[in-house]
Order: sequence, then C-alpha cells, then structure tokens
Amino acid sequence: MFDEEKLKKQALEIRRLTIMEIGHFGSGHIGGSMSIVELLTYLYYYEMRIDPKNPKKEDRDRFVCSKGHAGPAVYATLASKGYFPEEMLMTLNQGGTKLPSHCDMTKTPGIDFTGGSLGQGISAAVGIALGQKIKHIDARTFTVIGDGESQEGEVWEAAETAAQWKLDNLIAFTDFNRLQLDGLTENIVSMDNIDTRWLGFGWHVQRINGHDFRQIDDAVQRAKTVAGRPHMIIMDTQKSHGFIPGENTTKNHSMAFNEQQAKEAVAALYAREGVKA
Amino acid sequence: MRDTKDIPFMRDALMASVNDLAAVHEEIVFLDADLSSCIGSESFQKLYPGRFYNCGIAEANMVAVAAGLSSMGLVPFVHSFACFASRRAFDQFFISAGYAHQVIHLIGSDPGVLAQYNGGTHMPFEDIALMRQVPGVVIIDPSDKQSMYALTQQLYESGKLSYTRSGRKTSTQRYTPDTKIQLGKGIVLDEGEDVGIIATGEVMVNAATEAVKLLSAKGIKATLVDLHTIRPLDTELITSVAKKTGHLLICENGRYSGGVGEEIAAFLAKTHPTKMDFVNVGEAFGEVGNLSYLTGRFGFTGPHIAEVAEALAKR
Repeated sequence: MFDEEKLKKQALEIRRLTIMEIGHFGSGHIGGSMSIVELLTYLYYYEMRIDPKNPKKEDRDRFVCSKGHAGPAVYATLASKGYFPEEMLMTLNQGGTKLPSHCDMTKTPGIDFTGGSLGQGISAAVGIALGQKIKHIDARTFTVIGDGESQEGEVWEAAETAAQWKLDNLIAFTDFNRLQLDGLTENIVSMDNIDTRWLGFGWHVQRINGHDFRQIDDAVQRAKTVAGRPHMIIMDTQKSHGFIPGENTTKNHSMAFNEQQAKEAVAALYAREGVKA
Repeated sequence: MRDTKDIPFMRDALMASVNDLAAVHEEIVFLDADLSSCIGSESFQKLYPGRFYNCGIAEANMVAVAAGLSSMGLVPFVHSFACFASRRAFDQFFISAGYAHQVIHLIGSDPGVLAQYNGGTHMPFEDIALMRQVPGVVIIDPSDKQSMYALTQQLYESGKLSYTRSGRKTSTQRYTPDTKIQLGKGIVLDEGEDVGIIATGEVMVNAATEAVKLLSAKGIKATLVDLHTIRPLDTELITSVAKKTGHLLICENGRYSGGVGEEIAAFLAKTHPTKMDFVNVGEAFGEVGNLSYLTGRFGFTGPHIAEVAEALAKR
C-alpha cells in the first residue's frame, strides 16, 4: 500500500545514514547521493520486487545506479533494507571495504551492476532488460542516470537500442539536478530540451518533481501501462537536497565534512522537517 | 570434434563453432554491430532468431549491453572488426565486462594486415596490446580453421572473459580433428636446436612455416611454435624452447609495443635471458593494400623471417 508519510520518514532515515556515512569517512559524493534519495526509497520500499535475504534471486527486479558515484545513498538504502548491517556503512572507502565510492556488483550485496564509468550503467541496464525478455522473466529493470552523465554519447547509443528492442520493462530516470562537477550543466554542455531528446529517441517520457513521492508513483504506475516503449522519467531535483550545507552552492558534487559537521547537518535537517532527533 | 576441412573460411569455422555451442547451450546469445554479413553471424540469426541482436554501429553500447546480458546468466558472443571491438569499446570491455566480472566472448575480425582493402582506419596493430591490459582476459589468435573451431569451444568451456582475433576470408587448414589443440598451450610444429620461432596468428604461422623450410635448406634447424593463445602465456613451452635453442624470434601481426614479443621478452628477462629478435610492424600505422603487398611491406614473409632468424641464430 502506498503510504507517503511512511516513505517520507524512510527517506529521512536514508538521508541521515548517507550523511553520517560520508561524514565518518570525511568526504564524498554528497550532492548526487542526496538528489536521488526519494527515488531509492520509492523503489526499494515500495515498487521493486526484491528479497534482501535472497539478493541474487533470478526473477527479481533490478536497479542499476548508472551514476555510480551515488553509491553512498544506494548503500544507505541497502543497509536500511537489511542487505548488510548498518555498521558497514562506516567502512565507506576504507581499504578493503565492500562499499567503494562507486557501485561495485562484485563487492556489495544487493548491487545489481557496477557503475562509475559514466554511460555504461544504462547500457548494462538495456542488456539486463533484454536478458529478462530473452529468458521470459516477468521482471523490470530500473536505472538512474545523471543530467551531466547524459553528455556521454553512450547514453544515446543505449537509448536507440532500447527503443529498437521495445524494452518496455526498462524504466529509467534522469536525476536532473542541473549541476555537474564543474558547475551548472547549462554553462558546460546544456541538457536543455531533455524531454524532447528522449521523445525523439522513441521513449515514453514523463517529467516530474523527483522529491515528490506521489509524482514518482504516478509516473512509474503510468509507465507500467505503456507497452512497446522504454520509459524515461525525468526528475527535476535539487543536488544535495537535505544536506543543507550543500544546497546553496554549485560546489556540492563532492564535499569534505567531518562526523561532527555531519551530526549538525542531520540536526538541521530534522529541525527543518519538524522531526525530533 | 567437427572436421573443418570443408568449411570455406576462418569466419565460417568460427561461426560453426559458435552455432554448434548454441545448439546445446541455450544461454548463448550473439551481438553484432552491423557487420553480421562480414563475419557470417547471419547463420546464428537464422538458427536462433530470438538470441541474435544487431546493435547497429555503436560498439561501446554493444559491449556494455553484453555485460548486462551476462549478469542475467546469458553468454554473449560479440563481434565487430578488431579495430572497433578493441579501440572503440575498450572502456566498456575493461569496466563493464572485466572489472564487473562478467563473461563475454568478444570477437575482433580481420586483425592486423588482414584488414587489407579497408586500410589504415580498419587495421588494428594495437588490439593485442590493449586487450592484454584487462586482468584475467584470455586472448586467442588461431592459425587455422580447425584450431579456430576447437579453441572457440574451449573459450566457452573456460567460462572466462575472452578476445578472439579472427581472419574472415582466409582459409588455412593446418590441423585435423585429431590434433591436440589446447587453450593456453602452444603447438610445436617443428623441432630444431639452432633457433626458436614463436608465431601468433594465421598470417605469421603461415609465413614462419615457409621460413623454417628455407632455413632447413641452409642447414639451420628451427623449432616452430604456433602460439594460438596469447593470454595466458604458455610460459612453460616458451622457457623450454628458449633453453633448447638459446635464440628466440617472435613473430606477430601487430605492434611490438605491448604485443606478444614484448611480453615474452619481459618474461624471459626475469627467468631465462635469451637472445631475441622480433618481426612485427614496429611503429607503423596501417595502410591499404592486398595481403601480398602488406605482408611484403611489413616483412611478414617466409624469406624475411628466415633472414632475421638466420642472423639471430648466428648471434
């Protein structure tokens, strides 16, 4: 059952875990992690057919974090779901960890595909969705790419093959947070008219507020009713959303902050949300 | 083991092997990049239409799609010309396949001078050097149809990430179904104690075979190895030939830098320093021409290899 309040509460907990995880290490990709927390919460706590106790189950829904640097938020989500103990989050980026900066399917329980070399995750997601079709497995593949990542030519190669093969079991999201490492995307290589770009490639396209669970739910449920085309849900988001020290700067791709600052950031977020610590 | 003597070309032996495997193993799929008529993967498409996907002229996406398919338990064979299979999709092969522990069998056709009339843009001399950089990868460059058939079967059985160099319209038949052809183990074609010649691939093994005859006429006895597997390197055989002859000539259809010769030289420098020489394209880019012109241009001929081997044997 869709319960917006419950999802909001869970998203807040995933934000807390993500901030503490990065703060414990001392730096990390906070911006692009925070902008996809509602998406991760929705997928893992509502939409995806998964079993944390059986993470390799063949007929599960799969999620590929093509913007692999959002690993910290994915790990916080997986830990909260029980794929591995929450204490493991404190090993982020330490030598020998199972939680490297970028998502690695060979190391982390629950990670369905490796991401980090931008553009490759969405191609792999196309391969996974195609594999589900070839094997007649009734499951969906979800993937998220960044708006900066969309500058990679491979994204558009993936787009054309997914449309050609009518992969309607592929539901992709663009985290349209308007920022990339060096600054505003529009000042580097603009991704304006992103909707019509995807439409032109033959995808079923929707545009929503990526921090609004009702809009995410409406878009995903609508996507499931449209056959014969892959789905792109463009999410307008705020980079660093919920990590307040990163919200009003363009320099929030990767930020350095310590554990104390992390605690203060969580307290500030709780105060803003009207939640008691 | 199927006898390949009546199979016309190298590409047909390769596809016969893949098609025979796919008849037994339902998880095998084939991806091509608008070159299916060039390698003959149309035959796979006809036999297994639901398991063939033409990815269009987009090699990078094709290789990462293959990695995604592998994560679903499928086993993709993936083809493009060797130049594009290696250079254009290198990061995808390295990260989405190698680093992510996915198993795909990448086929690069017409490596080195075999690209002939397609010329320099299509003539990879560097594909061995590139692919060697992927940890754990198996690389083969079979010298005839029978070994192409046999080694392709063994690549599948190995369950390892692989890269195959294959001629398209060449047609050497050197071995029989009874020949012992084993992935990772070079085949000794001649034995002699004056000089050892290690050749990889159809063009070089053919030229080296001719060279051995020319040397023999001059009273120089050569050991000749068909090094069909480039990775893992058959260090045991290489060491034994180095010890027996004291002089090793490495012949490859590609660059010296990063190639087989450099790898063997580095290995022997540490274990058994040996007098060596090399036949390869050196620092050249590719260029257009027929096979006869190109083998002459780069010295991939019996007389040239014999000349280099003779000088080496006398050192």
